[in-house]
Amino acid sequence: MRKLITPLTKEKIAGLKAGEQVLLSGIIYTARDQAHKLIAAALSKGRKPPVELSSCVIYYCGPSGTPEGKVIGSCGPTTSSRMDAFAPLLLEAGVSAMIGKGGRSEEVVRAIKRRKAVYFTTYAGCGALLARTVRKAEVVAYPHLGPEAVYRLEVEDFPLVVAIDSSGRKLKGF
Amino acid sequence: MRKIPAVMITDTVAELCARANIILRQDVLVLLRSARKKEKNGLAAAALDAVLENARAAAAERTPLCQDTGLPYVFLEIGQGVLITGLRLDAAVNNGVKRGYAYASCRESVVSHPLSRSGSSYAPAVIHTDIVPGSRVRVTVFPKGFGSENKTALKMFRPTESVDEIVNYVVTCAAEAGADACPPYIIGCGIGGGADTACLLAKKSLLRDVRRRSPDRLLHKMEKEILRKVNRLNIGPMGLGGRCTALAVNIEASPTHIAGLPVAVNISCHALRSASAVI
Repeated sequence: MRKLITPLTKEKIAGLKAGEQVLLSGIIYTARDQAHKLIAAALSKGRKPPVELSSCVIYYCGPSGTPEGKVIGSCGPTTSSRMDAFAPLLLEAGVSAMIGKGGRSEEVVRAIKRRKAVYFTTYAGCGALLARTVRKAEVVAYPHLGPEAVYRLEVEDFPLVVAIDSSGRKLKGF
Repeated sequence: MRKIPAVMITDTVAELCARANIILRQDVLVLLRSARKKEKNGLAAAALDAVLENARAAAAERTPLCQDTGLPYVFLEIGQGVLITGLRLDAAVNNGVKRGYAYASCRESVVSHPLSRSGSSYAPAVIHTDIVPGSRVRVTVFPKGFGSENKTALKMFRPTESVDEIVNYVVTCAAEAGADACPPYIIGCGIGGGADTACLLAKKSLLRDVRRRSPDRLLHKMEKEILRKVNRLNIGPMGLGGRCTALAVNIEASPTHIAGLPVAVNISCHALRSASAVI
């Protein structure tokens, strides 16, 4: 199993093949439906997005409440296809990797190939297990969105499977 | 008349909300373990290991199994001989949902308006009540995740349609859900009644023990046939391939009109969560 550390540069991503298992450490940012809508609106108006998107890893996730004494609550992936309309724009803005669950549109696959990015899937419905890999969590944008706010997560050995690699090859079913 | 104070409903709902979100149903766990034993695909086996480990982690750390703690459904079977006193029933239920969800550190996934998307909170729950014989109240809490709820389908078949066509329709629904709704799935199916009846039956069917097949011979046969076909789709756990795309198919049926044959499909992710208690 390959271990990777953020930032995920083009060189690191180029070596990944669909179907490969990866353990990721470093910084990832959560963003789901409403955060995508706001980031896309900012980008299309030429405004600065709330986080630096260059070489950024976006995790489609809205965690549950943080229990007392814990870093974060349950934090598994949400359905990626709902972010398909926004993903090409974010990839053009420099996002290098996305983490979520389920298949992507042809347009997203083409954008991944064009930008030499990568789409990972992780263990969906396993939020309690994935929470164990999160060392730090803080809200860095859109706090009014509650669970849909953008969180900066510091993760250690976050388990991933390459679902669509930078050449556009994908696992069947994605 | 047996009097039950509404606060007892609140206490019960609160306890069931916490239990349902944290402890995976035993029947689901048994089928997951058996699927893991049979899985030969390496990635799929690793995914099933993660699902089983997640159930242990959630129970040990009192953390919800999934960050999507669902749209809370509360089913109440109220005995005809019961009088609920005190607070309004819906308020009593929603107070319990808020308390139980807060206790279990759930997510505020309910928006008060579907279009403005404003005000996310734990409640209100979707409440269904049935009046039944007896002097007890059976309370069931079913937090329904929306990754799978978004894959719900309804088709109004012609009454002359063959059973095979219905079987194939349900299989197609699972194929179209693909990896999006957290396979391995439990496929709920409601047949008959009106469109609304079929949808509600499909949801309620998910509350039946997933190890038990329908006592109706035809439905029993359909459940097995659909499961066999779905597990040949090679979607597998998380969409990583393999022979386990669904753990079970539960079908419930109801009388319907001579002109119609409604069929509803309500899929559940592998984290099928519900808990019941009798007052």
